[in-house]
Amino acid sequence: MKAIIRVENLIHTYGAGTPFCRNAVNGVNMEIYEGEFLGVIGHTGSGKSTLIQHLNGLLKPTSGAVYLGDRDIWAEPKKIREVRFRVGLVFQYPEYQLFEETVYKDIAFGPKNMGLETAEIDRRVRTSAAFVGLGEDMLEKSPFDLSGGQKRRVAIAGVIAMEPEVLILDEPSAGLDPAGRKGLLENIQAYHREKGTTVVMVSHSMDEVAENVDRIVVLANAGVVMSGTPHEVFSRAQELMDVGLNVPQVTQVAMELVRRGVDIDPAVYTVPDLRRALAALKGGRT
Amino acid sequence: MLKDITLGQYFPGDSLAHRLDPRTKLILTVIYIVTLFCAKSFVSYGVVAALLVTGVKISGVAPKALVKGLKPILFIVCFTAALNLLYTPGDVLVSLWIFKITTQGIFTAFFMVLRITMLIMGTFLLTYTTSPIALTDGLETLLGPLKKIRVPVHELAMIMSIALRFIPTLIEETDKIMSAQKARGADFESGNIFQRAKALVPILVPLFISAFRRADELAVAMECRCYHGGEGRTKLHVLRYQARDYLVLLAYLAVLAIVLILARFGL
Repeated sequence: MKAIIRVENLIHTYGAGTPFCRNAVNGVNMEIYEGEFLGVIGHTGSGKSTLIQHLNGLLKPTSGAVYLGDRDIWAEPKKIREVRFRVGLVFQYPEYQLFEETVYKDIAFGPKNMGLETAEIDRRVRTSAAFVGLGEDMLEKSPFDLSGGQKRRVAIAGVIAMEPEVLILDEPSAGLDPAGRKGLLENIQAYHREKGTTVVMVSHSMDEVAENVDRIVVLANAGVVMSGTPHEVFSRAQELMDVGLNVPQVTQVAMELVRRGVDIDPAVYTVPDLRRALAALKGGRT
Repeated sequence: MLKDITLGQYFPGDSLAHRLDPRTKLILTVIYIVTLFCAKSFVSYGVVAALLVTGVKISGVAPKALVKGLKPILFIVCFTAALNLLYTPGDVLVSLWIFKITTQGIFTAFFMVLRITMLIMGTFLLTYTTSPIALTDGLETLLGPLKKIRVPVHELAMIMSIALRFIPTLIEETDKIMSAQKARGADFESGNIFQRAKALVPILVPLFISAFRRADELAVAMECRCYHGGEGRTKLHVLRYQARDYLVLLAYLAVLAIVLILARFGL
């Protein structure tokens, strides 16, 4: 697999020279492969948000480098804006950044900054709105009249409209109700499938990560402690718990079953997998 | 970055300067300023500078942080220095076109710069070692007598403490919104003044909305805890003067006396 983003020995120090000085990211090495759906998990304060802000050049590494394709993104600091168009970043609670009079104009903000033609902007606004499940009738409304979930969709559409090669989402479902969560994640999943865009999702929720991603990177104490497929990561349940994380609920059930002497894989992480494993077990007995 | 603004920021610590009663520190700051304005010569400035250095040493605040706090007023300092340098009448040293530099001008400019920087540093010492809450608490108690003439001291103190409390929050919020708009390609660094002003709209609109939202939430939270103004309100931490407060106060008054005596002798 080809790496689209490569992070090398990244260190970021906040508040150097004050009593609050600390390394938010300390020597991170990681790769993001083209076309994958990557999950980044870590406890609060593990450096997730700082790390992802380096990927599109919002923060400059104190030391180390970030490569997009084969180029160091800071090779030409004047062209950093282009990096931001190629790596789209959706912040946590992005609905608080809406500012335009209409949903349409707000989604068009990114494409407009790219200097695109009006017709192209129009196409992008409409397709990205459709991707996040906003109907045509929404486009002329004021973003401030929408519900929280809809506002969030508008904000995400605003980044998707730049058609970035990599889409990074920081806790996209935080604070939404279960239905809103599910719908939004399905939209993101569909976008990933149809466009083939590389997606990076930062999350607290193990269940959410387990259901959606191809690969997981685990951050703890400002560094990467694990990376691999969900199966590889969730089979190291004890280590995850040691760094203040947990495994998906389904895996917890499987682990408890194994503890009580049932012979199944303790690292299954989705409901269908567990069902299949249990059915196989039953089939084996009868 | 916006985070680098240190104006009025509190550096937690446990030095003598941190433990002094906020009222004492407010009074000390006033005495310090008066002393500074009474100083007229190198000798008396030296005495005040010694007081400032001692204060900084005791507080344990990094001198670097104090100097960094001067950055925003650099322009004012330079401007005052230039004005004093060029427009003080006296014995002309150099004459250039309509500008005359006089000996007196050089001295006045030098003392002005010294006075402003020391004034700022001294007051920073107060805000660096006193948490905003302690500060407003001290202010409220000190201004308490004004309630008799219907000055809404409690309300003013409350407004001030809320404002102080929200400065870092709003700075953080601004930073976040700026980052988010930059991620969508917003450009705050190039263009002429109109383009730059227009580029601020994507920051200001969300910032205002969130400030109003926060104000609303805070008002509700305060009502939920039955806030009804200052009438009959008691305090969790009642301020009490300690021996150290009197001692430090005496030391400051002694310095003021020295400077006044020096001034009397024309120094």
